[in-house]
Amino acid sequence: MKSGPLLLLLAVLVALPGCTAGAEASTRVRVFAASSLTASFTALAAAFREVEPELELELHFAGTPTLVLQIREGAPVDVFASADETNMDRLAAQGRLREPPLVFARNRLAIVTAPGNPRGVRGLADLAREDLVVVLAGPEVPAGRYARQLLRQAGVEPRSRSDEASVQAVVNRVALGEADAGIAYVTDLRAAGARVEAIPIADGATILARYPVALLEAGSNPEGGRAFIAFLRSERGQAILAEHGFLSP
Amino acid sequence: MRASGRGLDLVRRALVLVAVAFLLLPLLGLLGRAPWGEVLAAVRRPEVVEALLLSLRCSLAATALAALLGLPLAFWLAGPGSLTRQLVRILVTLPMVLPPVVSGVALLLAFGRNGLVGGFLVESFGFGLPFTSWGVIVAECYVALPFFVLTAEGGLRARDRRPEEAAATLGARPVTIVARITLPALLPTLSAALLVSWARALGEFGATITFAGNLAGSTRTMPLAVYAALETGPETAIALSLVLVAVSAGILVLMRKHWFPIR
Repeated sequence: MKSGPLLLLLAVLVALPGCTAGAEASTRVRVFAASSLTASFTALAAAFREVEPELELELHFAGTPTLVLQIREGAPVDVFASADETNMDRLAAQGRLREPPLVFARNRLAIVTAPGNPRGVRGLADLAREDLVVVLAGPEVPAGRYARQLLRQAGVEPRSRSDEASVQAVVNRVALGEADAGIAYVTDLRAAGARVEAIPIADGATILARYPVALLEAGSNPEGGRAFIAFLRSERGQAILAEHGFLSP
Repeated sequence: MRASGRGLDLVRRALVLVAVAFLLLPLLGLLGRAPWGEVLAAVRRPEVVEALLLSLRCSLAATALAALLGLPLAFWLAGPGSLTRQLVRILVTLPMVLPPVVSGVALLLAFGRNGLVGGFLVESFGFGLPFTSWGVIVAECYVALPFFVLTAEGGLRARDRRPEEAAATLGARPVTIVARITLPALLPTLSAALLVSWARALGEFGATITFAGNLAGSTRTMPLAVYAALETGPETAIALSLVLVAVSAGILVLMRKHWFPIR
């Protein structure tokens, strides 16, 4: 029979959607979070399940601008945790937020080098050295914008051999030895462990990343979303964030 | 039997319509949301012109490199079946299957500063591929090469060998046979192979950004520029995408007689 393969194809197409049935909309809380929150939010979700066992938390991580794009295009999301206030304000201006955003954590930046700091990077001024390959996140990425502000504050003209798409890509460039130094969040460097070395930035120049969280209009479970935001700001939530290197708001 | 034949014919027609709609709708989405004023302005912006020219230069160079390396390989692969050929064919197919980002990391581990041969390159010639346009060409060639080789090999296998055999019995040298008979007969296949590998190179994103980096002027090709623009505002990204679509479609239209001859 010639129609055999065709019928098989149709059968597969009909069967496919059955594999992807998710949680019920009434108990599901869908959360979009900046990629720098991956480790901490995964731990937070585990703790949240103990507190609210009937709610099913669904986490999605990506770069903040990507998440903003998906929300603008109508993604049904209850809660959005952004890595900066600029992107959150953009959503607020478009009337996408159900309630005003609240800052739930802050993050510091550090210089990242190979383990043992073989090129002797001591501070931000060294990032101007011609003999070093320096990479930063692109200016459209929150971490890249903060890094540039930080360098300008220290009187160093920012230069980057490559505008990386995420702060994680900056860490990987240095970890693979392709770049000598970069700037990333303290929390990312903690997560990267022994693959890289973090050089703290002197207190004179400190830019703190502020992470706002908000309840979205597009979500179908505002009660569940509110519960998660409350948990984020609770003592237990803040303790988990602190374990991952975040500062309290 | 007759009725089921007509039923199948209807299904076939419906699937053709669905396929065309599936390919057309995303394009219509772009066109519908396009900020038309911005598209015209975008074409004239120096950084867009820079990215577009870089994209064209690198993708054409990558295609040329893929053809140079790929044609002899395709000839060899089209030879009599053997275990070595089977293994090499799997090797050739791998970059098509690998997520491009993984290809980028793999290229770094081979040609990066600390890579298998990259360290040697830097020490001997003081030259590293990452963060240079050469890196873009290498990344694009790596992902485009399989498309060239497999398309060309398919054509080589399917070709009519009788003219070659006739020429051989008449005493033509092997080089003459390849140049005068094999290659001219393969022209449509080779054009198709060049076309698909060029198209793949032009749209390359993951391996390029991972291996070569992303810097305006040296490594930021159009797909990377679109991605960067997506972060700041989808409208700019759509405008840039349309520029890329228009340029590629324009080239395809210009070359259609050559690539898709109407028989």
